[in-house]
Amino acid sequence: MITVLNPGIYTSIQDLGRPGFAHIGVPISGVMDSYSAKIGNQILNNESAAAVIEITFGGCQFRFNTSTWICITGADFNATINGVQLTMNSLVKVDKDAMITFGKRVKGVRTYICVQGGIQFETVLKSNSYYKGITPRFILRKGDELKLGKNPTEIIETHSKIKIPAAHFTSNTIVCSKGPEFNLLSDEQQERLTKNLFAISNDNNRMGYRLEEQLKNNLDPILTSGVLPGTVQLTPSGTLIVLMRDCQVTGGYPRVLQLTKQSINRLAQKATGEKLQFRLQ
Amino acid sequence: MSNYKLSYKSFGESAILIEWPSEINETILYDIVAFKKKIEEDINLQDIIVGYNSLVLVSRYKIEDIDEKIYLLNKLYHQAVEAEIQNTTHWEIPVCYDQQFGVDLEGISQVNTIDKKAIIQLHTHPIYTVYFVGFLPGFLYLGGLDDQLAIPRKATPRLRVPKGAVAIGGNQTGVYPAESSGGWNIIGNSPISFFDVEKTSPCFAKTGDKISFKSVSLDVYKEIAQEVKKNTYQMKTIL
Repeated sequence: MITVLNPGIYTSIQDLGRPGFAHIGVPISGVMDSYSAKIGNQILNNESAAAVIEITFGGCQFRFNTSTWICITGADFNATINGVQLTMNSLVKVDKDAMITFGKRVKGVRTYICVQGGIQFETVLKSNSYYKGITPRFILRKGDELKLGKNPTEIIETHSKIKIPAAHFTSNTIVCSKGPEFNLLSDEQQERLTKNLFAISNDNNRMGYRLEEQLKNNLDPILTSGVLPGTVQLTPSGTLIVLMRDCQVTGGYPRVLQLTKQSINRLAQKATGEKLQFRLQ
Repeated sequence: MSNYKLSYKSFGESAILIEWPSEINETILYDIVAFKKKIEEDINLQDIIVGYNSLVLVSRYKIEDIDEKIYLLNKLYHQAVEAEIQNTTHWEIPVCYDQQFGVDLEGISQVNTIDKKAIIQLHTHPIYTVYFVGFLPGFLYLGGLDDQLAIPRKATPRLRVPKGAVAIGGNQTGVYPAESSGGWNIIGNSPISFFDVEKTSPCFAKTGDKISFKSVSLDVYKEIAQEVKKNTYQMKTIL
């Protein structure tokens, strides 16, 4: 059992999401940075779909009521175990009553606590991912108690550490392909979209990231059609919206770009004010 | 059936967008349904997202040879037979158009110069077609709204539209399955549940089904709301 002592700003349980329910309007959800979460589960020898704790912008504290193994990946918020600096992207032994605390931001936005055997609770539509309206809860609260997997995987103690490429946090390049309506843009608009820098506005969350700089356009809305995590929509007022994991399944704005899966992971680690540049594959 | 010239586009690393002419009509809808059925029989996909004039096929894997996939899909399209839209259901949805719910009835009445009784009459008269489910879990995109009721979305969306709100946005009408922000004009409220994860089929309606709205009094609304709460409410269908 893990007790949430301080849930921080936005902490939720996520796995690889809820694919297969688009026909009833259910978003995919799941870990925002699946690259980091998968590394944590791999180090623990968990299934890649094991549920993890996703922390947005640190500021959390947890108490472990059982001894187990964990691996912390993603954003670096100076995690400590009983006050001692903890090694990220590595196996960490946790003793009973250990306290894990997240402090000042070093890099990134979203941190993952992966636990041996995964976090367990009743799945809703085949997934553990929190989503408002689907799961009873959508964020963790102070005092919540999280159950751990019953059949722990075998752990062989090592001191090795996975080295994460620095670009995952520092690069401003967001790789994409042309979206279905990209060709409706003029040559000049296409050039601006793929050459200019765009800053992330403060309207960014698990549903989508709105960008600051606008792209003037006179595109007509499209008849409502499917959208995906990573779809970049262009509104009539010129705002670019990059849809993320909790995005709705359909939309009516022109879809000008589509991020690669790895670029969605990279964007998930960027905060308000950080700049990005779209690069066509 | 199968006579449209479809457009196939790559949509990211693992999806294909198929588009029909940019129109909302039932001929296209049934063509989409027929093709979707054929695709489901022959191809294992993660998701198929239906739009008014489109299908997005989402694969679990990276799509390597897009041209070959498109060739195969187009071959399938020409094999697809007329969908017999079997097992489609005509649902009767109770709606209370009382002032306490229909907060925009007055506004629509003024803008469209039509009295409130006529709005209710025009809204309950048609048989609507369910095109697809999107926007929110259980939100049905319906076709068939009377032109006289069409009204632009509100310039500033409301932050909180209540669960069950029956509303009009442009030439579309629908029911909010959960509390949400939203820019449509609210004319009433339905006490029934459009999305319930506890049920085997969380959303009762599907693409191709029909919907009719039935005006109910505030008292009946409250009775049905109680039954829905106690899980004893039986959805009504129309033959």
